[in-house]
Amino acid sequence: MTGTAVYLYGVARDLDPAALGGTPGVSGAAVRGVVAGGLTALVSTVRLDDYGEAALRANLEDLAWLEETARAHHEVVDRAAHAAPTAPVRIATLYRDDARVAEILADQRERFGEVLDGIAGRSEWGVKVYASPPEPAEPAGSDPGGGLEPRAEPLTGSRPPKPGAGAGTAYLRRRQDERRRREDAGRRMAERASALHAELAEHAIASRHHPPQDPRLSGRAGTQIMNAAYLLDDEREAGFLAAARAAAGHLEGVELEVTGPWPPYSFIDADTVSAAPAAGDPAS
Amino acid sequence: MSGPPAQQSANLADLLERILDKGIVIVGDVRVNLLDIELLTIKLRLLVASVDRAKEMGIDWWEHDPSLSSRARKGDGGDREVEDGADGGLLEENRRLRERLAALEAREGNGAEGDAS
Repeated sequence: MTGTAVYLYGVARDLDPAALGGTPGVSGAAVRGVVAGGLTALVSTVRLDDYGEAALRANLEDLAWLEETARAHHEVVDRAAHAAPTAPVRIATLYRDDARVAEILADQRERFGEVLDGIAGRSEWGVKVYASPPEPAEPAGSDPGGGLEPRAEPLTGSRPPKPGAGAGTAYLRRRQDERRRREDAGRRMAERASALHAELAEHAIASRHHPPQDPRLSGRAGTQIMNAAYLLDDEREAGFLAAARAAAGHLEGVELEVTGPWPPYSFIDADTVSAAPAAGDPAS
Repeated sequence: MSGPPAQQSANLADLLERILDKGIVIVGDVRVNLLDIELLTIKLRLLVASVDRAKEMGIDWWEHDPSLSSRARKGDGGDREVEDGADGGLLEENRRLRERLAALEAREGNGAEGDAS
């Protein structure tokens, strides 16, 4: 092996390389196109010191490195996707040299073609729904062992403690009420989100649910009750966004966050496009 | 360490959930089993906590979404002995690992502050 490898961002059809406008790639490397069979693979040359097998193993565990690489990867794919149908490949897909990339383009031409057909003229939009903070039943951040201050009774109808019941019993009952209240609220929220999703999905070719995000990554507190992605025909975008805005206005107790347009990451291996070839496809 | 943020740069959570396990999977010349790495980095250390919080509220609809990530994909073989049906096995194993981790964390107290690096 030489000291370099070729990093692949994605595959585009009919892409004018000028569209990339000199966007730097991972590790600041220049981005170029490898063209074969009407497809353009977007690639950069990187050092094996950073992208060899052992190095990748370590680097991918480093959140700062991962973020930087992910952002660069996305920037390239995003630029290309604005100019031509572009299928992102998964992060950290590396080849020996341009000749190998051209070989892959030729080998997988049909598969790339199908994927690109499925996403041409379409973009992905993300919609996240958060539960607005409920009326706190307890003063925030306090968990008094057996607080005796007067409090509003929750709607779920806790029985008032019998006179003479110990503070411990009252405390446990409050905890139980609190949990029940949370579950009820969660159910109501999920129903609302579900109705919203059904409405938005009508505008979309396909949709996907992602698991809820960690606040430490999203930088956003509050419970995420929906994290969905929608694949939209470009001409349906306006209607979709209007529906999302309207929903945000009339849905009680939830907040909406819409992101996009994204390159259609979430719909690459989806059933909107034909499945990948069977296992054991020619790798080399 | 991060480079200058792009204008209107995407939220990191949005970005990682798309970049890490979405997109076309093709076998490269440098073999890295991203599935292992996902398990170690994002999936377990960060996402488990929020997934558990949502489940506590009875929200788990992503679990029924067939497209959800961390499956071993066909065409991703070569660095693993994958037989037919390994998809399900790996997903199952992933789920079990998450549950075990969640249980361990629950024993330690609240939240996953697993900052092991």
